[in-house]
Amino acid sequence: MTELQTIPARLEVNGVSKRFPGVLANDKVDFAVAPGEIHALLGENGAGKSTLVKIIYGVLHPDEGSLSWNGEEVSVADPHAARALGIGMVFQHFSLFEAMTVLENVALGMDKPGDMAALARRVREVSEAYGLPLDPDRDVYTLSVGERQRIEIVRCLLQNPKLLIMDEPTSVLTPQEVERLFETLRQLASEGVSILYISHKLAEIKALCDRATILRGGRVVAACDPKAETAKSMAQMMIGAELKTVTRRAGGDLGEARLVVEGLSLASEEVHGTDLKNVSFAVRAGEVFGIAGVAGNGQNELLAALSGERLGDHETVVRIDGAPVGRRDAGARRRQGLCAVPEERNGHAAVPGMTLVENAVLSGHHRMGLVSSLFIRAAAAGRFAGEIVKAFDVRTPGTGAAAGSLSGGNLQKFIVGREILQNPTVLVVSQPTWGVDAGAAATIHQALADLATEGVAVVVISQDLDELLAITDRLAVINVGVLSSAMVTKEASVEEIGLLMGGVHGLDATAEGEEEVHVA
Amino acid sequence: MTFDAVSLVLLTVISAATPLLFAALGELVVEKSGVLNLGVEGMMIVGAVAAFAVASGTGSGSLGVAAGAVAGAALAFIFGVLTLTLAANQVATGLALTIFGLGLSSLIGAGYVGIPVPPLAKLAVPGISDLPLVGPLLFGHDALVYLSIVAVIAVAWFLKKSRAGMILRAVGESDISAHSIGYDVIAVRYRAVLFGGAMAGLGGAFLSLSYTPLWAEGMTAGRGWIALALVVFASWRPWRLLAGAYLFGGVTIAQLYTQSAGGLGIPAQVMSMLPYLATILVLTIIAAGPWKGRLNAPACLGKPFRPST
Repeated sequence: MTELQTIPARLEVNGVSKRFPGVLANDKVDFAVAPGEIHALLGENGAGKSTLVKIIYGVLHPDEGSLSWNGEEVSVADPHAARALGIGMVFQHFSLFEAMTVLENVALGMDKPGDMAALARRVREVSEAYGLPLDPDRDVYTLSVGERQRIEIVRCLLQNPKLLIMDEPTSVLTPQEVERLFETLRQLASEGVSILYISHKLAEIKALCDRATILRGGRVVAACDPKAETAKSMAQMMIGAELKTVTRRAGGDLGEARLVVEGLSLASEEVHGTDLKNVSFAVRAGEVFGIAGVAGNGQNELLAALSGERLGDHETVVRIDGAPVGRRDAGARRRQGLCAVPEERNGHAAVPGMTLVENAVLSGHHRMGLVSSLFIRAAAAGRFAGEIVKAFDVRTPGTGAAAGSLSGGNLQKFIVGREILQNPTVLVVSQPTWGVDAGAAATIHQALADLATEGVAVVVISQDLDELLAITDRLAVINVGVLSSAMVTKEASVEEIGLLMGGVHGLDATAEGEEEVHVA
Repeated sequence: MTFDAVSLVLLTVISAATPLLFAALGELVVEKSGVLNLGVEGMMIVGAVAAFAVASGTGSGSLGVAAGAVAGAALAFIFGVLTLTLAANQVATGLALTIFGLGLSSLIGAGYVGIPVPPLAKLAVPGISDLPLVGPLLFGHDALVYLSIVAVIAVAWFLKKSRAGMILRAVGESDISAHSIGYDVIAVRYRAVLFGGAMAGLGGAFLSLSYTPLWAEGMTAGRGWIALALVVFASWRPWRLLAGAYLFGGVTIAQLYTQSAGGLGIPAQVMSMLPYLATILVLTIIAAGPWKGRLNAPACLGKPFRPST
């Protein structure tokens, strides 16, 4: 930081520390971003990336350390102060207001929006100049996730930022949308805007970024040039260990179809949910079947229809080992051999306020004999919970701990393990590694692979395309409640999958085309 | 019916609607900011007794009205401290506020039962006020009636057109988003809650100084609850709220007439149920209809918010 520089760094972070109860989220973090540089902040979930950028944007305040802006020390009291300096931020979980219009959302993110009609014109101008088409009068809840992100970006651009922070911007985008976003970011960088790009996706960082700072456990562990590194070498810096690779029996012969879904249509119960339309697929014994798609395209409805939370129109729309269960509830389907892990850990897969033992009983009692006619078999339940904790390396003080007290990754291991240890014949998992660190993700992936080897039919619903490409045998794409025909994963191209994820009408990727596809 | 009879009925409808309009309009703003204050009844009656006490003590109706608003806001401030600063449960706190307000008002009002108070001055425009039907309907009222209408216009404009109103809606829509953009969620909600309290207090002041210029224990008689129902009935829109207040006011008056006339064959109890039945009906239709999507209800309604720093 003391070397001679003619131009001072746009942003310099000096020894920033931030402590939350029980965890040191940032520990003396140092790094600097030059003008016009695209700088990656890389790290696993929980490495302290989001905390750090919130400090830069003034949402959180550091316990120690300081920030320098163009060579001068500044204190960023709140986001207004950050914006006044020229810092713009696109949040991972968008800071949008669904019931309000695009224009109102843009105005809310600006300190001096001025006249609304003039602002609407500027929104159109800027959004066109950067290839981010937006209609200012639309209500946000009618927009796709990709369009919502554009609002955040346009909101930042209208304020002529000098530094743009992007927090995990691509986790919700199709590959084509990602490519378009990168073009916009490169254009901005060429205009002298610095970009701080937060991600754990290594391929993207190699493609986009000039420099990378790697965080682990709240500390800077390395800085590198991503173009000179391999994805593997960066991953090892990120997790601080050798990356485990999932091993599968090669080829293998698949058995009979264990799960058959035929002509499943289901109206969503959610206000802005997606109706399932004539979904059909079959998963054979020993097969891992993936369902890809951008969030909100019917994945939750599909999981509910498979698990038995929602019933189908006919008994035959869902069949397990030939037995029609379309009108049976979740308990009956579990007894038939179909176990399911929903996406939401807290409140759907587990009751946060109840202990691990109780949570084990809730889903396990059908298959594990944990309940007699009237009473819970406490000893058996405790043994079952203990087995899950041991087999899946769940870090917890004990099985009496409340599910809500576990970290996301540990709870995820617990709920996946709970279903796997029930020896299902069909397992349906949604977002198995969402918000889970690489080590835990590898454990879960290996468990799913082992399960398939034992002859179980496994369905993985995920928005993480890399994950599906890595662990599935075949996959299909869900878009506005319609499931594409299945393809063999090894032969599928990312472009083809991406186009299916964006909807066939989204081929030319214009705003109008996309809107038709996404607005359900 | 003669013009006089018609205008008399309409006048009583206006009187019955005005306190509902004040209280409901205040609650609408509170709920738009994402806070559910069920203490409207309590704030109204404390406003009523404070207005009555000050008016009879000073002889000034205007001071009385001001006292009503201040008392309502004071009670709302207690609610704000508990639910916004200390993040207590809003439903339980609101219910407690109503019970507290009813008790407090009885205590303060014990010495005022049966004492008369000079009614608020009516607006009189020579010549026009004497016109049949139109005259008394448009000009025969005290300032509070006009204030209530002006307030509807002002709130409608504020929510739709002003930046502060937009921020208030944003806070009610997503407190976390508003916080991360840099708005002080708690401060916005405090202002809304205080406004709601003052408006409920004004509604109470109208009751004890104009509607029936007397103090009687429990004189709000459930109007605070009707006001809460009215906000939902109007699906959080000020102009619909105006229409709803007059509709509910009309039902209240119809109930009085059926009670006295007794000839219509409708039990008075059925009439007093009507505002609530209408609200249940509207809620059911909204929830079941094909337009179920946007009820216009603030997404964060009733959720406590604790910012992290």
